[in-house]
Amino acid sequence: MLLFQPVESDSFQLPPSMADTAPPIDKAYDFIFWFSVVFTVAVTAALLYFVAKYKRKPGVKPEPTGHFMKLELFWTITPTIFIFFLFHAGFTGYIRNATAAEGATEIRVRGKKWSWEFEYPTGDREPGELTLELGRPYKMILSSEDVIHSFFIPEFRMKRDAVPGQYSFIQFTPTKAGDAHVFCAEYCGTSHSGMIATVKILPPAEYKEWEKKLGGCSGTPEECEPAKWGERLFVKNGCTTCHGAGGSGEISGSKTVGPKLAGVFGHEVQTTAGVVQADENYLRESILRPNAKIVAGYATVQMPPFVMKDAQLDAVIAYLKSLK
Amino acid sequence: MSSEATAAADAHDDHGHGHHGPKWLAHHFDTPAQQFDAAKLGMWVFLAQELLFFSGLFVAYGVYRSWYPEMFFAASHQLDKIMGGANTVVLLFSSFTAAMAVRSAQLGKQKATGNFILITIVCACFFLVVKYLEYTHKIHAGLLPGRYFHPHAEHLVAGAPALPANAGSFFGIYFMMTGIHGIHVIIGIGVLIWVWIRNNRGEFSKEYFTPVDIVALYWHLVDLVWIYLFPLLYLV
Amino acid sequence: MAAITTTPGAHHDDADPNASFLEKKGLMSWLVTLDHKRIGIMYLISVTIAFLLGGIFALLVRAELFTRGQTLFDADTYNKMFSLHGVVMVFLFIIPSIPAGLGNIMLPVQLGTKDVAFPRLNLLSLYIYWFGAVFGLYSMINGGVDTGWTFYTPYASSDPAHGGVGSATSVIPMTLAAFIMGFSSILTGVNFIATVHKMRAPGLTWRRLTLFTWALYATSIIQILATPVLAITLLLLTMERFLGLGIFDPRLGGDPVLYQHFFWFYSHPAVYIMIVPGMGVVSDILATFSRREPVGYMAIAASSLGLALLGFLVWGHHLFVAGMSEWATMVFSALTFLVAIPSGVKVFNWVATLYKGSISLQSPMLWALSFVFLFTIGGLTGLFLGMLAVDVHLHDTYFVVAHFHYVMVGGTVMGFVGGLHYWWPKFTGKMYEEGLARIGWFLVFIGFNVTFIAQFIMGSRGMPRRYYDYLPQYEIFHQVSTIGSWILGLGFLVLLVMFIRSLMNGKPAPRNPWGSAALEWLTPTPPPTFNFVKDPVLTRGQYDYQLATDDELYEGFDDPLFPGLRGGKAPAKKAAAEGDHG
Repeated sequence: MLLFQPVESDSFQLPPSMADTAPPIDKAYDFIFWFSVVFTVAVTAALLYFVAKYKRKPGVKPEPTGHFMKLELFWTITPTIFIFFLFHAGFTGYIRNATAAEGATEIRVRGKKWSWEFEYPTGDREPGELTLELGRPYKMILSSEDVIHSFFIPEFRMKRDAVPGQYSFIQFTPTKAGDAHVFCAEYCGTSHSGMIATVKILPPAEYKEWEKKLGGCSGTPEECEPAKWGERLFVKNGCTTCHGAGGSGEISGSKTVGPKLAGVFGHEVQTTAGVVQADENYLRESILRPNAKIVAGYATVQMPPFVMKDAQLDAVIAYLKSLK
Repeated sequence: MSSEATAAADAHDDHGHGHHGPKWLAHHFDTPAQQFDAAKLGMWVFLAQELLFFSGLFVAYGVYRSWYPEMFFAASHQLDKIMGGANTVVLLFSSFTAAMAVRSAQLGKQKATGNFILITIVCACFFLVVKYLEYTHKIHAGLLPGRYFHPHAEHLVAGAPALPANAGSFFGIYFMMTGIHGIHVIIGIGVLIWVWIRNNRGEFSKEYFTPVDIVALYWHLVDLVWIYLFPLLYLV
Repeated sequence: MAAITTTPGAHHDDADPNASFLEKKGLMSWLVTLDHKRIGIMYLISVTIAFLLGGIFALLVRAELFTRGQTLFDADTYNKMFSLHGVVMVFLFIIPSIPAGLGNIMLPVQLGTKDVAFPRLNLLSLYIYWFGAVFGLYSMINGGVDTGWTFYTPYASSDPAHGGVGSATSVIPMTLAAFIMGFSSILTGVNFIATVHKMRAPGLTWRRLTLFTWALYATSIIQILATPVLAITLLLLTMERFLGLGIFDPRLGGDPVLYQHFFWFYSHPAVYIMIVPGMGVVSDILATFSRREPVGYMAIAASSLGLALLGFLVWGHHLFVAGMSEWATMVFSALTFLVAIPSGVKVFNWVATLYKGSISLQSPMLWALSFVFLFTIGGLTGLFLGMLAVDVHLHDTYFVVAHFHYVMVGGTVMGFVGGLHYWWPKFTGKMYEEGLARIGWFLVFIGFNVTFIAQFIMGSRGMPRRYYDYLPQYEIFHQVSTIGSWILGLGFLVLLVMFIRSLMNGKPAPRNPWGSAALEWLTPTPPPTFNFVKDPVLTRGQYDYQLATDDELYEGFDDPLFPGLRGGKAPAKKAAAEGDHG
C-alpha cells in the first residue's frame, strides 16, 4: 500500500528541505541541537570525572558540604539567560511561518478516515496527491470530516491539526521540485498509518501541463482506459485502506473494515436496507452516499462520502465491474 | 553515645505496655493535638481537591454557556426556581445546624450535639426528596442529557422560551452537576449518621470531637457548592 | 539522632512490638493491614505486575514494527497494543510506583513516625487502585481500547453504536478505570501532606527532611490539585460517549480542543507526579553513595516545589499545532522554558554533590547516575519541543515518543528501580546478588539507549508516532529500536530473577548496608511494625555525615568493595550491651 519511493536525505537528522518554511526551523533546530550536545557532554564529563576521581578509598573521608550561595545563583541565572535566547529563536521562526504571503493560492485540504482530499481553486478535487507549483505561495485551509487529523509534511517542517468543526491554516512556498509526503500525525483509528498522500512539486512549465489535465485522466491512452484509470483512482482515494488491495476485503489475511468489493457486481447483497442488486446505481450510491445501504456486518465503521466527477465515477465503477 | 544512636540498641526497654493516652488516641499519634491537627489538615486538603473536582464542571459550564447563551437562557426556564430556592434555604440552614453541632460538641453537650446532627440529616433528606421530585419531572418531560433529549411539549413550563435542539447539552450539564452534588449529599448523610451514632455512644467529649468537626467541614463544602450551582443553573 | 526519648511506645496488640513487620503470616494479615510498609509492598507487587504487563505490550508493539506491513498482527490489534501500553504504564504503573509504593514504605520511616497520618485511608487507596485495575482488566478482556492513553475526542467519545465517527472499542470501562484510580492517587496525596506536616519526629525540622520526603511532598501537592481535574474530565468524556452530552464532539456542538485543554491541565502536572519522586530517590541515593549532604539541599527541595507549581502553567505546549491563538502559543512556550531552570538546578547540584565525595559505585548508585545522564537528555530534548518553530516539525513524531521515554523511563523508572535496589534490604531484610544487579543494570541502560536514540533520529526525520506501517526510509531505525527493546526486556527479566532469588535465599541484610546517615537506616532491618523500637529524636540532619558516629554509619556496613572499613561486624562493645539487656 505504501507505494512511495524513499526520499534521499540531505542531513542525517532532518529530511530534505523543500519549502521556505524549513530553513528557519532547521536553523532553530541546529541551535538547540548544538546547545544540547555541549550541555550533555559537559554534564556527563563532569559526572564521569568526579566518579573516577572521588572513588571511595578506605580512610579517606568526604569533604562536608558547605554552602555555595554564589554558585547556586550562578547556575540559576545563567540558564535563565540561555532560555531567553532559545525562546526567541523558536518564536521568531514560528511567527515567520505563521504569516501567509500576499496573494497565496488557497487549497482546501479535507482529512477523513483514512485519506486526504485536496480541492484546488478550480473546484477540482484530487485525493491522495497534492500537486504544487515550485515557488508559488500556498495557503492550505484544513478541515476534517470526522475525527482530528494532522496535516504534516516533514520536508516542509510544517504541521497543523485538522480539527472537525473548525478550519485551520498552514502556509508555505515550495522551494525545491520533487516528491514529498503528507502524513497524518494525529492518531485517527485503524488505518492512521495509511493516511499518507504524495506531494508533487513541479516546475512552472510542468505544472501548467498538469493543471490542464486536472480532474481528467493523465497518462497514456492505455493508462486511461476506464478500468485502469478507475484502479488508480481507487488507490489514490484510499479505498484500499478499508477494502483491501483490489477490493479483496482482506489485508494480510485479516478481514478489512469495509466489505469485499471484488466480484460483487451483478450479485445480490444483504444490506441494512434489505437485499439489493449490486448494479451501477448501487455502486454509484455507495460511493456518493455510503451510509444509505450498508452491507450487513459492516456497520461499525462508517465510510465517509466521496465527491467525484461523473467521469471519475464511471471509471471507478468500470474498475469495480472488472474485479472478479 | 554511639550505641543509643541505633533504635535496635534497647530492644527490650520498651514494650509499650497499655495505652499511651486516652482511648480515642490512635496508636500512631503521640498527642491528641497532633491527631486533631492532622485530621483537620487532611480534611482541608481533601476539600481543596473537591473544589478542583467541581471546578472542571464549572469551567465546562462557563465555556458552554459562552458559546450558547440563548440556549442556556431558554433551558434554565425549565428548572423549578421554587424547588431549587427551597433546597438552597434548607441546605443553608443545615450548614448552620452542622456548625451548631460542632459548637455543642466543643462544649461537651452530647444531647444538643446529637439533636443538631439529626436536624442536619433531616434537612439533607429533605433536599434529596426535592431533588427526586425535580428529577422525575425532568425525566417525565423528556428533558434528558444529550441524545436522550426528547422534550414533550405538554409537560414543559408554559410560557417559557422555546427549547433549541441542542438544549440536551444544558440538561447534560445540569444532571452532571446536580448529580455529582447529590452523590456528595448522600455521602454526607452517611457520614453524618456515623457521627450521630458515635455521639450517641458517648464517644465525644470536650477533648475529643474531631469527627464532628471534620464532617461539618465537609458538609459546609457540600452547601457551598450548591450555593454556586443554584444561581448558575436556575437563575440564568 | 544521638539521643532517643523515653516516651513509652504505644502498641495495641499483644505481639512483640519489636518483631519485624513481616513477622505475621497469612493472606489476611496483609489484606486488612494498616501498616504503611505492608500496604507499600502490596502496591509494589501490583505496580510490578502492571509494569510487566505494560512491558509485554511494549515488546509486542516493537516486534510488530520490526518489518514493514504486517509482522505479527493487524492494524487494529497494533492500535490496541500501543494504547494499552500507554494506559497500563501511566495509570497502573508509573503514577503509583514511587509515591504509593516506595514512598508509602519509606516516608513514615524517614519522618521517624509510626505510620502515615491516616492508615485506614491508606489501605482504602490501595483497594480503590485495585478496584480501578479491575475495570481496566474488564476493558482489556472486552477487547481493550484503541484510542491511545490520551483518549482524544471525538475519536474516543463518539460511539459508532450511536452513529458516531470514533472508536468502537471498550472505552468506557477504561476511562472509568483511570477515573477510579485517580481517587487512589488523591487519597495518597492527602495522606502524605498531613503526614509530612504533622507527624515529623521531634527535632526533624523542615530543613532536616530527606530530599525524597521533599519530593513526595511536592508530588502530593500536584496529586491534590491536578488529579481531580482529570477525574472530572474523564467523567465528562465517559458521559459524552454514553449520553452524547455534546461538550467535546463538534457534531453535537462541542469543541474537541477543549478536551485537550482539560486533559493536559492534569496530564502535564502528572508528568511531574511521575518524575519528581524519581528525583527525590536519586537525591537520596547520591547522598548515601557519595557520603555527603547533597550540594544545594534547599535548592533541590525548592526546585521540587517549583516544578510542582510550574507544572500547572505549561499544559498548552501539548497544543502548539492544535489550534491555539499565536498569543497563547507564545505564552505557553515562554512558561515551558521556565521548567528548565529548576530542572537544571537539580542536575547541577547532583553533579556538584559528587565533587569531593566518597563515591561507591554499588548498584543503586549506578541507577542514580544513569538517571542524571538520561534525565539530562530527556530534559534537553524537552527544550527542542518547547521551541515553537522546532515543535511544529517534531510534534507527534517519534522524537516526542523518545523524549518522554527518556524522562519517564530514563527518569522515573531508573529512579524507581534504583530506589528498589536501595531500600530493598531495609524492607525485605534480604540482600541481593550485586553481580546480577549490575548485569541487569547494564542491559537496561544499553537497551534503553539503543531503543530510543533510534527513535529520536527517525522522529526528527519525520516518522509520525502511533503508525502501524511506515515508509521504507524508516525501516532501519525501527529495526534498531526493536532490537534495543529486546535488550531492554532481557535486562528487566534479569532484575526480576535477581529480586525473586533474593527473596527466596538472599543473605540477611544488615541494619545499614550502605553506610548511610539517614534515619531509615538506624532502625532494625526489617523495621518493627511501628518502625522504631523507641521514638527517635533528631539532633542532627539526615545527611550530616560529619556529625554521624561511626556506629551509626558502619554498624552492619558491608561494602563488598571495602571489607576493611567495618567488615560487616558490629562493634564488640555494642554486642556486650545487647547481651546485658537480654
